[in-house]
Amino acid sequence: MTDAFLDREAGEAGKRRTAHLAGFHTNEQLPSLPPPVSTTGVLGWIRENLFSGWFNTSLTLLGLYLIWLIVPPFIEFTVINAVWTGANREACLGPEVGACWPFVWARFNQFMYGFYPNEEVWRVNLVFLLGALGIAALVIPAVPAKRVIGVLMLTAYPLVTFFLLTGGSFGLPVVETAQWGGLLVTLVVAVSGIVASLPIGILLALGRRSDMPLVRMVCIAFIEFWRGIPLITVLFMASVMLPLFLPEGVNFDKLLRCLIGVALFASAYMAEVVRGGLQAIPKGQYEAAMALGLGYWKRMRLIILPQALKLVIPGIVNTFIGLFKDTTLVLIIGLFDLLGAVQQGLTDPNWSTPVTATTGYIFAGFGFWIFCFGMSRYSIYMERKLDTGRRN
Amino acid sequence: MTTGVDGHGEGAKVSLINDPRWRGLFFQAALLLAVIWLFWSIVDNTVTNLSERNIASGFGFLDSTAGFSIIQTLVPFSEESSYGRVYVVGLLNTLLVAIVGIFFATILGFVVGIMRLSRNWLVARIATVYVEVVRNLPLLLQIFFWYFAVLRALPGPRDSVNIGDAVFINNRGIIAPSPIYGEGFAAMPVALLIGLVLSFGIRRWARKRQEATGQQFPVFLTALGLIVGLPLIAGLATGFPVTWDMPALAGFNFKGGFVVIPELISLVLALAIYTASFIAEIVRAGILSVSHGQTEASYALGMRPGSTLRLIIIPQALRVIIPPLTSQYLNLTKNSSLAVAIAYPDLVSVFAGTVLNQTGQAVEVLLMTMLTYLTLSIATSVFMNWYNARIALKER
Repeated sequence: MTDAFLDREAGEAGKRRTAHLAGFHTNEQLPSLPPPVSTTGVLGWIRENLFSGWFNTSLTLLGLYLIWLIVPPFIEFTVINAVWTGANREACLGPEVGACWPFVWARFNQFMYGFYPNEEVWRVNLVFLLGALGIAALVIPAVPAKRVIGVLMLTAYPLVTFFLLTGGSFGLPVVETAQWGGLLVTLVVAVSGIVASLPIGILLALGRRSDMPLVRMVCIAFIEFWRGIPLITVLFMASVMLPLFLPEGVNFDKLLRCLIGVALFASAYMAEVVRGGLQAIPKGQYEAAMALGLGYWKRMRLIILPQALKLVIPGIVNTFIGLFKDTTLVLIIGLFDLLGAVQQGLTDPNWSTPVTATTGYIFAGFGFWIFCFGMSRYSIYMERKLDTGRRN
Repeated sequence: MTTGVDGHGEGAKVSLINDPRWRGLFFQAALLLAVIWLFWSIVDNTVTNLSERNIASGFGFLDSTAGFSIIQTLVPFSEESSYGRVYVVGLLNTLLVAIVGIFFATILGFVVGIMRLSRNWLVARIATVYVEVVRNLPLLLQIFFWYFAVLRALPGPRDSVNIGDAVFINNRGIIAPSPIYGEGFAAMPVALLIGLVLSFGIRRWARKRQEATGQQFPVFLTALGLIVGLPLIAGLATGFPVTWDMPALAGFNFKGGFVVIPELISLVLALAIYTASFIAEIVRAGILSVSHGQTEASYALGMRPGSTLRLIIIPQALRVIIPPLTSQYLNLTKNSSLAVAIAYPDLVSVFAGTVLNQTGQAVEVLLMTMLTYLTLSIATSVFMNWYNARIALKER
């Protein structure tokens, strides 16, 4: 390129420049050299991502300092200085003692089942196992017959769970809900909340987009009311006001009242998630369904909702994660979920040491984190999977 | 509706059951009846139940004497004050937590959100871990952690953490000197006000001049000088008439100064840290939503990275950020009700808790509490919608 240009150039100036360049000039292609060592490999990566410029370098140093501030003390507390065995608080007393794990071992059953009678705990375990198997079957893409499993999980499983946990039939002794606690209550509240809120939420979302003004108004009022107040006041209402609302002689169990409150609260949030999905369906789909002569419910059931719900699976999972975390609030009205059981364990004088509280919270936090993080990862995975599905 | 081909009779008439208009009216009437019946039976049952338990209904209880004390009040309150006063105290405490919490959550959230987008690998990773850990832990657990595991574990008043003999941190909270304003102190706030007004005027003038002539004016430095300098001059002129009420250890506790109670600290810490993890994700999504071409275009125009961020990226990102940010502010306000778990005297704790237990007026107390939160929610969203409309893309 340069050659041709210079050759064509006439006059003294051109010649002078050609002569000037001659020393550096060749017509052969030089072999390409490898990039400088400092820009490739681990070293190059570190230089590029951590130490490019004074600002980046100082950020890196600040970050390292932050990690040094948090991570080694945390590991020291939970592993290195931690007490692993012991019978009571004596083991965990001392100046440089870390986490008091024997406290967690000692109260592990309460954390999982509350005061569910020991000889009946197999029933809870069976429920957990069935639930885990069912969800695994729904979640792992390779498992066939998703539809059948899904229907079973929404119909048969709650029934089986109900009979297994409460007892009173099939020769199982009755276990009062007052004896339930720990992870069991967390899961019962969260799962029944989401299972109940899904159909109610769908109906509310459809109502909010209905052509009938009165239906729309009632749905909007319902949704905005429940979304505008804190869950605690809902729970207070369920525990204090609900008995007043009911006719003489009708009274519910405390846990059931709490479940009703949670379901109403969650369905308002679910309604907004589903509304988002409904709004994302192109108008052509509605019109095409109408053109086929389908009635309202058939249109919704066969055309609109399957698409809308598929779109909002991440939103539904997020609502579920929120609900799962909010379950902890039931301890304020005197039910003991996982956090409640831990909090109750902290008042035990047998284990009162300066590190017991931190140990308990780390354990409970780990329990909640596993569930929530797992769900959020799964929702991201689903989102990616469904996203590609739509593009192809 | 007039083209029914049903075969019977001459009629192009559709039976009423199949006419969408009539069906709609029927459903709505049925719904109306159901709602009315529901409310009527609730009210009826409640009235019957209350009269059976001999609980007087109505809001008369608001005037009776409360007879308990509250550990933190922003307005004067004593045991002789009325239940109505308790409501006011609780509401103000809720607002205090919400406003302070929103302030810190916003700052932390923006910092972490920007950190997640940092080109520095380590910084981005730290922000990711923060978000993934904090967002997936229940808020109540975090409140308990800060309150019971951190603040309660601090040393007692005798062994407080001592910062320059002025600020003390112990398990009773943070104790700091409180100012006592002397004669002539008013000059300083007045000077501050004048500085603010002048800076505002200069900003407008500078913008006009830049639009007219293209010349820039160092607005920020001038404003800083005015806002800091004027009060300083006023203070020097009057001889800084502020004395400090220094906290001092007297017996088992500190006397003097003002105390930030540990309940407030842990609640604000937990709320801010928790909400910030959500705000960080919103900020990240907002910034990512601005197409990279905008950055490139502004660099091509010769703008520096700072100005690009301030004038091109942030204004566009804000449009995406504001609506979900509003929901987070609302969530934070509603979540402040978890105060009841650590007995910080917020609305739910003192009013829906203590007052309800003392008076038994469950219906009135809970209705008032719910309506208060509902009003706060609606007010916040109205304000944010107004702000959102103001910064929205102006199209012809």
